[in-house]
Amino acid sequence: MARGPAATPNPTVAARDGMVLPAAGPGTGTPLAVRGLTVSYGENPAVFSVDADFPPAAMSAIVGPNGAGKSTFLKASLGVIPRLAGEVDVFGKPVEQARARIAYVPQRASVDWDFPTTVIDVVKMGLYREVGLLGRLSGARSTRAMRCLDRVGMADFAHRQIGQLSGGQQQRVFLARALAQDADLYLLDEPFAGVDAATERAIIDVLRDLKAEGRAIVAVHHDLSTVPAYFDHVFLINVRRIAEGPVATTFTPETLQATYGGRLAATHLDELAITGGA
Amino acid sequence: MAPLLDALLLQAGYNAALVAVGAALLGFAAGASGTFLFLRKRALVSDAVAHATLPGIALAFIVMVAMGGDGRSLVGLLAGSAITAWIGLLAIEAIVRHTRLAEDTAIGAVLGVFFGLGVVLLTVVQVMGSGRQAGLEGFLLGSTAGMLFQDAVIIALGGAVAVGLTWVFRRPMLLVAFDADYAAATGHDLRRIDLAMMGLVLAVTVIGLKLVGLILIVALLIIPPVTARFWTDRAMSMIWISGAMGALSGYLGAALSASAPALPTGPIIVLVAAGLFTASLLVAPGRGVLATLIRHRRFQHRVHRRQGLLALAAHHPIREGYTLRLLAREGLVRADGVATETGRAQAAKIARDERRWQVAREIHQDAGLTGRYDGLTPIEQVFTADEIAEFDRRLGPPKAVGAT
Repeated sequence: MARGPAATPNPTVAARDGMVLPAAGPGTGTPLAVRGLTVSYGENPAVFSVDADFPPAAMSAIVGPNGAGKSTFLKASLGVIPRLAGEVDVFGKPVEQARARIAYVPQRASVDWDFPTTVIDVVKMGLYREVGLLGRLSGARSTRAMRCLDRVGMADFAHRQIGQLSGGQQQRVFLARALAQDADLYLLDEPFAGVDAATERAIIDVLRDLKAEGRAIVAVHHDLSTVPAYFDHVFLINVRRIAEGPVATTFTPETLQATYGGRLAATHLDELAITGGA
Repeated sequence: MAPLLDALLLQAGYNAALVAVGAALLGFAAGASGTFLFLRKRALVSDAVAHATLPGIALAFIVMVAMGGDGRSLVGLLAGSAITAWIGLLAIEAIVRHTRLAEDTAIGAVLGVFFGLGVVLLTVVQVMGSGRQAGLEGFLLGSTAGMLFQDAVIIALGGAVAVGLTWVFRRPMLLVAFDADYAAATGHDLRRIDLAMMGLVLAVTVIGLKLVGLILIVALLIIPPVTARFWTDRAMSMIWISGAMGALSGYLGAALSASAPALPTGPIIVLVAAGLFTASLLVAPGRGVLATLIRHRRFQHRVHRRQGLLALAAHHPIREGYTLRLLAREGLVRADGVATETGRAQAAKIARDERRWQVAREIHQDAGLTGRYDGLTPIEQVFTADEIAEFDRRLGPPKAVGAT
């Protein structure tokens, strides 16, 4: 059944091993380790028995065709949608106990942008967890939110209604909100989908800074041509795990063929092989 | 007019004053706690919850009579209504979670079944010896005739608690309403937050049963937030504006209904709320119909002015009547469509600004600045004088319009 070259024969055993490992101190441990993750709508699994390990201080891409379960994998790892089975560890702890170290950037199309809120208020949502129900969001925290907005080049837009933003600006605001969380693991769902070139550059700069600070970045990514330039680590998925490893060795025509089947034109593959090798 | 004025000034008798104050308090509580219900787009759930109070009212009456009371204790009736309303809410939740039915179907089913059961139980109460005088049907559309001081106290206390809890839980409720995935990813329990929100709504529904009635309470929960949305772009301010709108509706509605005999209070309150909504829809700045219309006309004006001037600069004929009229009104063209002195100067300026923008886009590739280019914002509002001078240096000397 498992045709993926790296499919684990028995994910449950692997999961148990992962749990039994002596508790590592904070800051150590794989940023995101997934064992046997299965998500199913009805009887058709969207993600089936997937194992993955995303390395620290690196930028990782989750790559696969439409409907391959990329976003589902990310959301199920976070518990945003229920898992049928599987274990998810973040820095050596179950994901539920590591929330404070995770920042999530959802697809921008997932919200109603006519919602009555301003840009700075969205960024401050990244602080809700930290301040609790009644903690103050003014003063130092407000300054911090503003700095995050500045990092994505949106400080001038702080008091705009979010409905007035362009797609790229919306994406930057979501990234600023994640920055406000000051997390160690950043999970992004299609951060470059439908954004302008300037925004793509701004986002990649911020992500590189995060990586330089030792944080882990995992992004669902759809543009194969930019994978070698942007990412260190790649995880190829098509419902099942196809391959995983450093971009230099894993992002090859063979693994892409295995991921996309006949859907990827041969010329496109050649092009990528050249880019990847360069 | 005099009776209305008396009622507005709380001079129309003890009962009328009590009703007006109670309605204002209820309106405030409903408006404030309805804000997140509206933002979460779950208005109709509250309607089902309100209808699910009816069997509880009747059952509470039957139980209280069976235990030897007269069954008309308001606290007892409200407690009963809260219980079946909560069951109705959980039933909707369960249907949505465990079946493939959509929420609207679940709402329809629960609303119909619970209300039907309530009406049956109400008939049972009617045939009970002590039931005929109970006046339970007053809970359907509200009744103010026998309103007691104690009733107003219940509304005041319950409303204060509901508003207080809305304020305390404003952040999680806002987060869930705006971006549920993100809320879940940051460890918020969506189900508990949603239940808490519906719990608040349920509390307001229960305390409003006596005054507004279970059929119309949903209007008081939803219309004020929708009205408030016209006046603010921030959810946190919406809580208070919505509360104020609700309070105003309650107060004016109660006063109106007290100013003439036999005007039903609850429905009048709802109509006043609808009036405030309509007024806001029309005149609110920003999102109101008039403001939108004016903005659109101004935009159209700017587009046509620019097109017209660019056409003048390029010596293209202008055929559009609106453009010609507009330019003529500003003295930019003569009646025969030939450019005046001012018109030629303006045309030269706008053609030049177009070229400046081209240079600007080459120099400032950052979308933050050039993103503001729409051809309609004057370039002086975006760039400083020395920046524009730099563009001009790159452009070379100006060319006069008409010179070939």
